[in-house]
Amino acid sequence: MRVTINGEARDIAATRIDALLNELEYEGSHFAIALNFDVLPKSRWAETHLKAGDEIEIITPRQGG
Amino acid sequence: MVKFYDREFSSRLLIGTALYPSPKIMQDAIRASGSQIVTVSLRRESAGGKTGDAFWSLIRELDVTVLPNTAGCKTVREAVTTAKLARELFGTPWVKLEVIADNDTLQPDVVGLVEAATILIKDGFEVFPYCTDDLGVAMRLVDAGCKVVMPWAAPIGSAKGIVNRDGLRLLRDRLPDITLVVDAGLGAPSHAAQALELGYDAVLLNTAIAKADDPVAMANAFRLGVEAGRTAYQAGLMEARDFASPSTPVVGTPFWHAVS
Repeated sequence: MRVTINGEARDIAATRIDALLNELEYEGSHFAIALNFDVLPKSRWAETHLKAGDEIEIITPRQGG
Repeated sequence: MVKFYDREFSSRLLIGTALYPSPKIMQDAIRASGSQIVTVSLRRESAGGKTGDAFWSLIRELDVTVLPNTAGCKTVREAVTTAKLARELFGTPWVKLEVIADNDTLQPDVVGLVEAATILIKDGFEVFPYCTDDLGVAMRLVDAGCKVVMPWAAPIGSAKGIVNRDGLRLLRDRLPDITLVVDAGLGAPSHAAQALELGYDAVLLNTAIAKADDPVAMANAFRLGVEAGRTAYQAGLMEARDFASPSTPVVGTPFWHAVS
């Protein structure tokens, strides 16, 4: 299934957010995720199904002014 | 004490976390600044990356309050979504709201800013808007529910100091009950002192400290500049005048009548 992750088109096997993080080998603990410009709370990662064309942003804390 | 929404702080210096030569120097500079509030951003994490976790553990060691920004957002939609991501990630209703109009000057898009602030405040956010020194815009932000307004001194990272002193003074006079922070463009501790002398409640800066030859020493210098400016404001500055007025008493001047 083809989705967009952090602005890049990717073919993925996972059908849910938590599985996607595993598939892409995200290991950190401080992520926030937006699915199609809506914030997806961590409590819903396991239950949220992905579909082709979804836009996923995976975000972490970074230096800022 | 300075009030940001319903929280009070003793430090009037808010500091950024970017551009330091090393993570250790960042931590030492933040400690030397005496700041209790630091700004952070949100960025995409690449697959397998741990950059965010490493940075976040450095910040947590500092025991400071985090103010997430929406730096780099160019549309209302991006800024609102980024603010919501920040709330999810940091567990805070605070957001330094930036909507940028122009890449070269980082000039705020004040129309988008007011729109985004309105949306976010209705959603329960406590918004710290980064804006220009335009009074009309500041009033619209206050109407939208902002209790903090953060006009620039000069463009971000420019180190020019206060370009429009009269504009900033007008904001202070017209918005006496709003917490006003000079954000961006400060280059020297004297610039920070000037902002506090004008009655501004605090300053927010990053580059002037992070890019100094010795960021830790410069952080201390800014801490002192902010303290000097605040103390001077409280002490009451005299008005400027056009002519000289002798400070040494004239009565009893030797040779008074000998000089013609």
